[in-house]
Amino acid sequence: MKKEFQVKGKIYELNEDGYLANPEQWDESFAVEIAKELGINELTEKHMMVINYMREYYKQNGVVPTLRKVSKESGVGMKDLYSLFPDGPIKKAAKISGLPKPQSCV
Amino acid sequence: MKRIAIIGGGLGGTIMANKLAKALSEEQWVITVIDKNPKHFYQPGFLFIPFGIYSTKDVVKPKKNFFPLGIEVINSEVYKIEADKKRIILKEKTIINYEYLIIATGVNIVPEETEGLKEELWHKSIFDFYTIEGAYNLYNFFRYWKGGRLVLNIAEMPIKCPVAPLEFVFLADYFFSMRGIRDKVEISFVTPLPGAFTKPISSKILGDMLDKKNINLVPDFNIARVDNKDKYIESYDGKKVPFDLLVSIPVNMGDSLIERSGLGDDLNLVPTDKHTLRSKEFDNILVIGDASDLPTSKAGSVAHFESDILFENILSAIDGRPLNSKFDGHANCFIESGFDKGILIDFNYDTEPLPGKYPLPGIGPFSLLEETKMNHFGKVMFRWMYWNFLLKGIDLPIESHMMMAGKKRLA
Repeated sequence: MKKEFQVKGKIYELNEDGYLANPEQWDESFAVEIAKELGINELTEKHMMVINYMREYYKQNGVVPTLRKVSKESGVGMKDLYSLFPDGPIKKAAKISGLPKPQSCV
Repeated sequence: MKRIAIIGGGLGGTIMANKLAKALSEEQWVITVIDKNPKHFYQPGFLFIPFGIYSTKDVVKPKKNFFPLGIEVINSEVYKIEADKKRIILKEKTIINYEYLIIATGVNIVPEETEGLKEELWHKSIFDFYTIEGAYNLYNFFRYWKGGRLVLNIAEMPIKCPVAPLEFVFLADYFFSMRGIRDKVEISFVTPLPGAFTKPISSKILGDMLDKKNINLVPDFNIARVDNKDKYIESYDGKKVPFDLLVSIPVNMGDSLIERSGLGDDLNLVPTDKHTLRSKEFDNILVIGDASDLPTSKAGSVAHFESDILFENILSAIDGRPLNSKFDGHANCFIESGFDKGILIDFNYDTEPLPGKYPLPGIGPFSLLEETKMNHFGKVMFRWMYWNFLLKGIDLPIESHMMMAGKKRLA
């Protein structure tokens, strides 16, 4: 079931797992509001470092980066990732970055 | 003479050597297998060693027994692959030029990646079972263990044989029940995944089995460190799980050769086209088995299914034709569940493991996602098949591509 998410009158379409259906539609006000839904009340500079890294990586590679990659390359270490995005940093950060659901490994 | 070099004489490399030796003219092509270790390990058997079901001699044979006649075998470590120059430098500086290269170097455990894992308790009360030494040391530990908290932890995905950790706890439940001390052993399965397994339907069924066997599931646990003094593992978000015995599946990484050669990603896995099995960077390099970054299981069955595709594609490449054979990510795994029963799963890139019958739709004899004695028998038989057919590249009566026939879609 698709859902809609509204910020200041603008409508963002989410897929059934709550990820932005069209990553192109992403903007910062979407990030700020969806983060609140996920229990993150303020997006700090460090949050934005992770979000920008993930969006750039997705643009270049077409896939969501792994947690290992983000911790090594975004400038934000593993421990910080967990405190910035509690309970599953990659999933939360992907949602806020407007990216699709990260592929789980088999 | 032109050369096809194969680095790694494990399952994938050995199957390819056998297939190519049969197909290519000895006057035109030399097939060279390079491997530092003269021993072939039947890795699926490591799981059974701690429980005394297999001994070390059941899982080791000389590699040369499985190579075809007429190929060149070099027993040496490779220092570097210089892909742009189409050559391999051996440790002793010998240079091997090649036309095509098949990378079959697999993955290894790297306990050093996790803080505190390979310290004073390593192989004393912390063990792995992904090496023959680890499995054997754990066997010796189990012989005298009186019980306590057994914690199995998967450090990070992907790992080779993603079902092996589940099999381990199922077998531990069986083993300690038989020894009459199951009530003295508390078993926990601690995983970075959100459930027992990767995909929803199998995760649910396997999760229910953990529950039924009184095995405690701790999901979403990303290990940050091991405390050797107070014996607990701690996750990045501060969760702690105490242990008396820690069975660890450390981070799995591709061979350091891949890193030295600049051919890998952050886990030293070679970026590979998931359908053609060709390196994304070099047209004359193909990758088989665990060494690639394909989004499917790292398992012997995958290397086996890939071998048919890779074989077709390397022949096409030699003839200057496009690589038309496409791999679908097909994997199948027997999951030993204890008490002489087993489960079988069969899946690919697009279809998650589903219930049903295999390999003959409606008939079996194996049952998918269901615990049966026949599945256990399949697993036991498999070792014989492995040594006598699989390694030699002899075709088995199962399809390389996954089939939907015989599978049931659940609502």
